Amino acid sequence: MNDSAPVLAIENIHTFIGQFHILEGASVAVQQGGITVLLGRNGAGKTTTLKSVMGITPPSQGSIHFRGEPLAGKPSNVIAQMGIGYVPEHRAIFRELTVKENLQIAERKRGDLARRGDLIFDLFPDLKRLYGLPGGNLSGGQQQMLAMARALVPENHLLLIDEPSEGLAPVIIEQLMRAITRLTDHASVLLVEQNFRVASRLANDYVIVDEGQSVASGLIANLVNDDALIQRYLGVA
Amino acid sequence: MLSKSLGGKRGSLVAILAIYIGLLLVAYLNSPNLGNFGITVLSGLFQGMLLFLVAAAMSIVFGLMDVLNLAQGAIFMIGAYVAYDAQHPGGVIDLTAVVPNNDVRFIVALALGFGAGALLGFILERVFLRPLYVRPIFQLVLTFGVSLILIELAQIVWGTTPNSWVEMFGVRENFFVLFGQRFSTYRLFVVGFGFVLIIVIGLLLKRTRLGIIIRAGVEDREMVQSLGINVKAVFTLVFTLGCAVAALGGAVAAPFLGAAPSLANTYLLTAIAAVVLGGMGSYYGTAIASLLVGLAVAVAQDATIGTSLGVLPSITPLLLLILVLLVRPSGLFGSSR
Repeated sequence: MNDSAPVLAIENIHTFIGQFHILEGASVAVQQGGITVLLGRNGAGKTTTLKSVMGITPPSQGSIHFRGEPLAGKPSNVIAQMGIGYVPEHRAIFRELTVKENLQIAERKRGDLARRGDLIFDLFPDLKRLYGLPGGNLSGGQQQMLAMARALVPENHLLLIDEPSEGLAPVIIEQLMRAITRLTDHASVLLVEQNFRVASRLANDYVIVDEGQSVASGLIANLVNDDALIQRYLGVA
Repeated sequence: MLSKSLGGKRGSLVAILAIYIGLLLVAYLNSPNLGNFGITVLSGLFQGMLLFLVAAAMSIVFGLMDVLNLAQGAIFMIGAYVAYDAQHPGGVIDLTAVVPNNDVRFIVALALGFGAGALLGFILERVFLRPLYVRPIFQLVLTFGVSLILIELAQIVWGTTPNSWVEMFGVRENFFVLFGQRFSTYRLFVVGFGFVLIIVIGLLLKRTRLGIIIRAGVEDREMVQSLGINVKAVFTLVFTLGCAVAALGGAVAAPFLGAAPSLANTYLLTAIAAVVLGGMGSYYGTAIASLLVGLAVAVAQDATIGTSLGVLPSITPLLLLILVLLVRPSGLFGSSR
């Protein structure tokens, strides 16, 4: 793989959910070691973009390449095995499993958790104390940390993180932002984030999705100063 | 939310305890001597364990795969036939010459029953069920059809006359005496076997990676798949093991119940009642409900001897089911998903 090539290249994908045409030509690139944020209003197609990458709602047209390899036709377990970690909206923690079991299940090779334990507990020290508790007993912030820690158990090259700050207290969001920033030492990140302040502080690049299409992209530093674009597609001042 | 869920579980445990105590009280008051009481309890445990052997896998398979396997009773029956056949001279499999020792042959017969169930389960899942995961009604029709086919096949191969176990390995014909009453050692063996299986499956679910995947899959299959786990392969494995356990149950029950086509349906309806009563997809709920139903049936059988209420034992599981569902629509330990 060429070093300058994006780790993830989504090109002009069209995705249907049932009869609904959700993505109508979305293109996104994630650079090696960078954080790209998907921005857009509710229902624009951000979550579906992540699900299309994971093969949960595979696109019917267009292409997705991960580290140069096409993902078309691959089931989500194979896509995950290629080195993509998925942190879905609402976390999808297994409520009846303990924190330890929630992490163990993410192992792809025996001993993954032992090898990555130091990194995980360094990023999310609270999880150590909660190790034996069922996932359902954790607070929203703790569940979000667990969901992100779970994606770190195997050595993933790319993390897809959907709305990590949703419904969390500011102090927890700060903690998560620090963790996500440090994650880039280990993996590239494609982030969906509604909170523009959070997104602008975390990301290097942005892509705005509107009505299923990617309508603008570039460096986040440029977007922060483009009030017209922000007002037009994101509705924030 | 959490306290509510704990309260719910605690409420279920209290209800179960109350039903058990009530049943034991009725059993004792109906024939107030310890010998008769012991026989009723042992009979209840025996019937409960047989039920568990059919219902356990049905519950796990439903929880993980949303498939209600209506062929489970027929696979129980096939296990009984295979074990019976392997034990008897002149059978299709007939191991009497190859394995002359009765006890060893019995163990081999159990293994054959287990293997036959596994093979049937594997073929059923891979060939027939896999294309139908998006069509739940078709799955019901398919497994019901497979059940009918297996019953017909059993009758073609082994005849329509029920086969009783003529020559048993030693323990079947042994009895022990307690409180002046003779107890069948084999019933005790089945009860012990059932308890061991409850623990073994429980440990598999709790302590192994497969168990963690199954429990996680019951909650959220899509997420399990997104973690890199081949959920289809897990489905095949779980379904295969589930059918193998049901067939093993039939093989264990054969020395007592014999091998007959009626086994397929006798335990199916009651097993479904136990699965729903315990809470669809709850393994321990199913285990507890199976024992509860077994005990209730045994008490009803004891209480209706010599009366005109002979139908009561057979409808007891459904009465119990209606009673519990009126109070807890999701069963004793079921989630409301």
